[in-house]
Amino acid sequence: MSGNIWIVAEQWRGKLSEITFESLALGREVADGLGVKLQAVLLGHDVQNLSTSLGMADSVIYVDHTELADPGASAQASALAQLVRQQKPRTVIVPLTNVSLGTGTLLGEQVGAPVVNFCKDLRAADGHIVADCVLYGGKIEATVTPRGDLTVIGLWPGSRPPDKGRSDRNPPVETQTVTFADQPSVKLRSYIEPDASDVDITQQDVLVAVGRGIQSQENVALAEELAASLGGAVCGSRPVIDQGWLPLSRQVGKSGLNVKPKLYLALGISGAPEHLEGMKDAPLIVAVNSDPDAPIFNVAHYGVVADAMDMIPTLKETVLALRG
Amino acid sequence: MNILVLLRMVPDVVEELEIAPDGRTLDTEYLRMIVNESDDHALEQALILKERKGGKVTVLALDAPDVDDVLFSAVAKGADRVMKIEGGDGGVTTRAAAGMFAEIIRNEKDLQPFDIVLTGVQAIDDLDALVAPILSHRLGLPYLAIVTKVTPDATGKSVTAIREFAGGVRGEFDVPLPAVLGIQAAEKPPRYVPVAKVRAAMKTSKIESIGVPTMADGGQPLLDVSHMRKPVVSGHAQMLDGEPEDVSKKLAGIFTERGLL
Ligand SMILES: Cc1cc2nc3c(=O)[nH]c(=O)nc-3n(C[C@H](O)[C@H](O)[C@H](O)COP(=O)(O)OP(=O)(O)OC[C@H]3O[C@@H](n4cnc5c(N)ncnc54)[C@H](O)[C@@H]3O)c2cc1C
Repeated sequence: MSGNIWIVAEQWRGKLSEITFESLALGREVADGLGVKLQAVLLGHDVQNLSTSLGMADSVIYVDHTELADPGASAQASALAQLVRQQKPRTVIVPLTNVSLGTGTLLGEQVGAPVVNFCKDLRAADGHIVADCVLYGGKIEATVTPRGDLTVIGLWPGSRPPDKGRSDRNPPVETQTVTFADQPSVKLRSYIEPDASDVDITQQDVLVAVGRGIQSQENVALAEELAASLGGAVCGSRPVIDQGWLPLSRQVGKSGLNVKPKLYLALGISGAPEHLEGMKDAPLIVAVNSDPDAPIFNVAHYGVVADAMDMIPTLKETVLALRG
Repeated sequence: MNILVLLRMVPDVVEELEIAPDGRTLDTEYLRMIVNESDDHALEQALILKERKGGKVTVLALDAPDVDDVLFSAVAKGADRVMKIEGGDGGVTTRAAAGMFAEIIRNEKDLQPFDIVLTGVQAIDDLDALVAPILSHRLGLPYLAIVTKVTPDATGKSVTAIREFAGGVRGEFDVPLPAVLGIQAAEKPPRYVPVAKVRAAMKTSKIESIGVPTMADGGQPLLDVSHMRKPVVSGHAQMLDGEPEDVSKKLAGIFTERGLL
């Protein structure tokens, strides 16, 4: 067995995702710790040029196939399973992004390997892999050791700074072929681009973000007044968008937008990993939550344990009084 | 359409979570269980499909505290048949749970033929797998995840599904049936059902019980959890205490310092 560490280089619409570089940085540490090689697996159609950015890996395995042109967990996993059976890596790191979701589970299932999902960190210990995982919406962490020779890791975004995974080196590329069984599968008809007519929350200096704790659409309107007093805009977590209280263009997080305002004021947001992904890099994060254990307090700079509805009007009045 | 919906119960994380004395599991004594949120959306999407196209909604759930209430409320909302997998020792991993669902769907002849299996895209305790991909593999069916809308096509042989990508971009997919979909959100928020209707459902309907099926691999876990803990972070927020007025003044001070006001 090769026993190498593999990372799946995620590309979407012709571009490598940030998590590819985060995985490379993490994979490099683990491979070095185990004294094995780090290989990046690039799957797609007409994207071989992207391999030049994967120099943090010792080599790149590239597969070109029309079935891999559009993102799809089933085709990705089937291609990876064929490669894994031939080359026998010890660990395959698959991104937990909306582009790749499901690929890791399917791969583990096809090759009969354990899957460690929700992984935020990975290390080599005594020749083994040990993973730290984030469970229960960020409220619990677990240390996990997989059984067996091969493990599939589902890696959250944010495990390492992406810049640590970049390199100018041009890695050697090995081209492999795979085949696909002729069976019914889902087909992408078209992309639906986000509505560009709304406020662009990625361009705001101040964002007041509301979560399920805001409780009603009327309260969202109060948060909008607070945002206006601060010269910013309002955005939200997934449940607020699903309720129809704010449009999709205001969603922050995994499926929504990545934002980095000067101030991110989170009201009634628990801080699930999928939300944190979209805002954790803001230089000033203030969280108001009635639960002192809310995971949002682990990334916020300032925290207030309070009912958001008590804070919103008072903070607005204080700000307006200061502005005169 | 013949629609199967799979439900699991998960701990309500709004409550405080305690680690059990073994240091490797959650203390179940104080856990409040609720239905996995995206499973609830899967049920709602199923009910919407039934309203549009006619057909039957069958709900299959793993046994857990309070699951009966969830199943009766599914009936009150419009589900036709509710079933519960009973007799497990609880605390199964997601992979084992998915394996049970797959075996039952394959073996219970009166669940067939079905057109579509809907379940939540993910749950907060999916440590060793996601349900939908395991099911798609074991049943040999197409799979799509992060689905937010399902529309039947005129032929009845496929559906059009919207799935989310990143940055607010979505994709429109052609899904041949039968298929397994991981639902992120239904087209509309899950409907509300009055308690009186749930009570009525308790009187008029029955939860069918199914035994735990035998699985080829025994559903054995492939992972060892050595240690569970509450996250300890170096950069925990500095907490501001006081009445809203005091806290607001402190915050306004911080904003001014940062040149935001
Ligand atoms: C594939 C996938 C993609 C996802 N993409 C996204 C995404 O892009 N963006 C996103 O946000 N989520 C996303 N999610 C969902 C994510 O997992 C969480 O479910 C979501 O972020 C939770 O939102 P919330 O914090 O508003 O709600 P909850 O987790 O329900 O938290 C509500 C919080 O409000 C607090 N609260 C209640 N009442 C009050 C009050 N009166 N005052 C103050 N606080 C109060 C509670 O203590 C709690 O902490 C995704 C999930 C999946 C599976």
